[in-house]
Amino acid sequence: MSVRRLADETLQPKKFFFSSRNLVWAEKTIAQYPKNREQSAVIPLLMRVQEQEGWITRASIEYVATMLSMSYIRVLEIATFYTQFHLRPLGTRAHIQVCGTTPCMLRGAEELKKVCKKRINGEPLITNAEGTLSWEEVECLGACVNAPMVMIFKDTYEDLTPSRLEEIIVLFEEGLGESVPVGPQNGRFSSEPWMGEG
Amino acid sequence: MAEIKVNGKKIDVPDHYTLLQAAEAAGAEIPRFCFHERLSIAGNCRMCLVEVKGGPPKPITSCAMGVLDLRTGPHGELPEIFTETDMVKKSRKGVLEFILINHPLDCPICDQGGECDLQDQTMLYGRDFSRYTENKRAVEDKYIGPLIKTVMTRCIHCTRCVRFTTEVAGLSELGFIGRGEDSEITTFLEHSMTSELQGNLIDLCPVGALTSRPYAFQARSWELTKTDTIDVMDALGSAIRVDSRGAEVMRILPRVNEAVNEEWISDKTRFIWDGLRKRRLDRPYLRNEKNYLISVSWEEAFSAIRSAVLKSNKAIGALAGDLATVEEMYALKLLLQSLGSDNIDCRQDGTILNPSFGRSTYIFNPTIAGIEDSDTLLIIGSNPRIEGAVLNARIRKRQGMGHYPIGLIGAKTELRYRYHYLGPGLESLNDLVLGNGIFFKILKKAKKPIILIGQGALIGKEGTEVLRLSAKLACNIEAVRNEWNGFAILHTAASRVGGLDIGFVCKNGKTASDILNNSAVLFLLGADECDVSTARKKFVVYIGSHGDKGARLANVVLPGATYTEKSGLYVNTEGRLQMTNAVGFPPGQAKEDWAILRALSDVLGCPFSFNSLYELRSKLIMDYPHFKEIDDIFAGKIDDIFILAEEANLRNFRKYAFTSPIQDFYLTNPIARASAVMRECSSLQNKHISD
Repeated sequence: MSVRRLADETLQPKKFFFSSRNLVWAEKTIAQYPKNREQSAVIPLLMRVQEQEGWITRASIEYVATMLSMSYIRVLEIATFYTQFHLRPLGTRAHIQVCGTTPCMLRGAEELKKVCKKRINGEPLITNAEGTLSWEEVECLGACVNAPMVMIFKDTYEDLTPSRLEEIIVLFEEGLGESVPVGPQNGRFSSEPWMGEG
Repeated sequence: MAEIKVNGKKIDVPDHYTLLQAAEAAGAEIPRFCFHERLSIAGNCRMCLVEVKGGPPKPITSCAMGVLDLRTGPHGELPEIFTETDMVKKSRKGVLEFILINHPLDCPICDQGGECDLQDQTMLYGRDFSRYTENKRAVEDKYIGPLIKTVMTRCIHCTRCVRFTTEVAGLSELGFIGRGEDSEITTFLEHSMTSELQGNLIDLCPVGALTSRPYAFQARSWELTKTDTIDVMDALGSAIRVDSRGAEVMRILPRVNEAVNEEWISDKTRFIWDGLRKRRLDRPYLRNEKNYLISVSWEEAFSAIRSAVLKSNKAIGALAGDLATVEEMYALKLLLQSLGSDNIDCRQDGTILNPSFGRSTYIFNPTIAGIEDSDTLLIIGSNPRIEGAVLNARIRKRQGMGHYPIGLIGAKTELRYRYHYLGPGLESLNDLVLGNGIFFKILKKAKKPIILIGQGALIGKEGTEVLRLSAKLACNIEAVRNEWNGFAILHTAASRVGGLDIGFVCKNGKTASDILNNSAVLFLLGADECDVSTARKKFVVYIGSHGDKGARLANVVLPGATYTEKSGLYVNTEGRLQMTNAVGFPPGQAKEDWAILRALSDVLGCPFSFNSLYELRSKLIMDYPHFKEIDDIFAGKIDDIFILAEEANLRNFRKYAFTSPIQDFYLTNPIARASAVMRECSSLQNKHISD
């Protein structure tokens, strides 16, 4: 892990607003918390910012802070504390989170990382030349029985082999991510024994 | 009360005490970095570990555990803690070793050296060598303003600074970004801080991460002479310690005075010291025919004054400035009396407070510490944030302690706490006196309300009306009783209450501007705040320390001493008598102001009966017996307020908004205007406002 700072000012958009749908959602979310405790909504709101923008911009931090009557620094503290908040632009078509924790590692996560390095970028969290793809290694995503696996947006792709991951990356790059079935990629339905083994 | 044993010694402590406080009460010293009496408990430095008998078999952070949280023994024995056992020593050693992993070994070039908590504790608990061969973490320094220098590699993440800005200063400016080893203290995008109390971070930081920027690399703490004195930058009279080397003031630090400033001081108080050296008047000056001020001897200056006074036909006036001591004003008053003139005033800003109304009508009766006992506050025409920054922190502290409604009449501004805005001026006050509005009901219900009246509301013709209406309101809501006097005047000038106490006002009702306009000879005792443009054609004698507005138009300039160069009495806004102590001597030929007046009295043919400061004070005490007790408040009579209230006159007032006499917090007096640091702060603040 390294020092987490906001992205360079040249990358920062000038303004941020929630889309009208998200704004309705945000107001509803804030209302779930007791009076004078609205600031508790900061994490869900930031997460929604990330879904809308793809990353947490400086303008969005200021926007959320104003919305919740917090000082900017308090929201910055939260955005920099959780590694799940991305502070710089990521792949627009896919950000691939490769699980690298023990079960996945034993089942070949290192090979998946190599694929990412080859197909996307040698460094995690930095997009490919077109800005469409990026990747990072994350801690356990809770699909150990289908190791190794990756997560793209909110879906997991499990029981991967390096070649299958490569295919998936290509499909996402072409904007055909929807066509990839989610879940196990080797024919399993869920986590039943594979080919009668075990 | 809770009973507890500390190292075998039985002790009774209040229920809310933590183990750390209980141990201190029992005389056992506990090392700490993050714990601070006036801040919330964080418990993250782990240095204050103690052993608890019958507790878990591990050390406990004593700062974060209350005395009532401990269990008694199986046979009802008292709970017991140990602060000196091997287990405690070993764990503290371990904690300190962890803290030092990433702390640089730059004590020789660190300004905190010699007064550093970490250095001291390493002497007690540190290992004699490091077991770590890995690289240390390095952190980029942050820019957080012109007053505080940061060396963030030294930071040990105690978060005292974050808690101070959030809790005491009332501005969440500093934060703790990142996590784990990569945690860093910073402001949002390294904006400079805007708090008026930020200098206190320098004292709070237990290591050398936040140090004073103006003082950087100027001196070492052990080579400085320390003098306890009081501050005169505002009317609170905060307790300070002035550190000097030779004749030069090197820095100013707060002292603890629970009754006034607790342990905080404002930035103006702390960083004014470079102004004490600059633009000093160090020799007498006389204006020649070509309109130039030329350096002359004392005799020449005095004889010029003498001939002017002889020609003046008793049209002589005197104005005392905001930093004048009681003794000087008293001597000046005597001088004017013997010259046959009553044209004196200490109210440069033109407020209408008058000793003839009685003492309780011009002091902060409930006292500053009394704010914590009060239950409602009404602020009339004041911005306590800039008129008394430390007092403002006390109001914020009171609101943090529980329900505390605050109403504000005056300019709507950021005060660092929540308040009900009632209106801009006189008509809103009139409304309250008539019993209108919700806030009147709140005030009426309050048992110990405070009505805080600022100088902004008391300036000019309507001032008297405001004072009377406020008195009337205080009586209507029963804020003035024998056991509680909630009538509070917040002054902005350190000399003001003292001046009113000795009657340094014109008896026949002339104001400062009348005196300015109608005197042929005008004595200005450090008076730079008044509009002196009309005084151009008069013969002006300026007695003061700095070449400011007053000196610029003076015909004779007599060099005086600043508050760090003389022992003098000041009365703070509560009416508390305090004394400054001399740190060094005035520069060059400058003299203490009372001595200048003494010499002048000889030249003018009306020699004073006293020859020393001691004799001057004895005479002062004979005339005004309440100047006897230093640090005491001589309380006013509440009847004065009742009389004032009876004179109140309810009618429809013209719309009239109160404005604070202080426009720029950083530049309120000649010393501040001479200070480069204060100028920088001021321009930064103006830039901040225009952004």
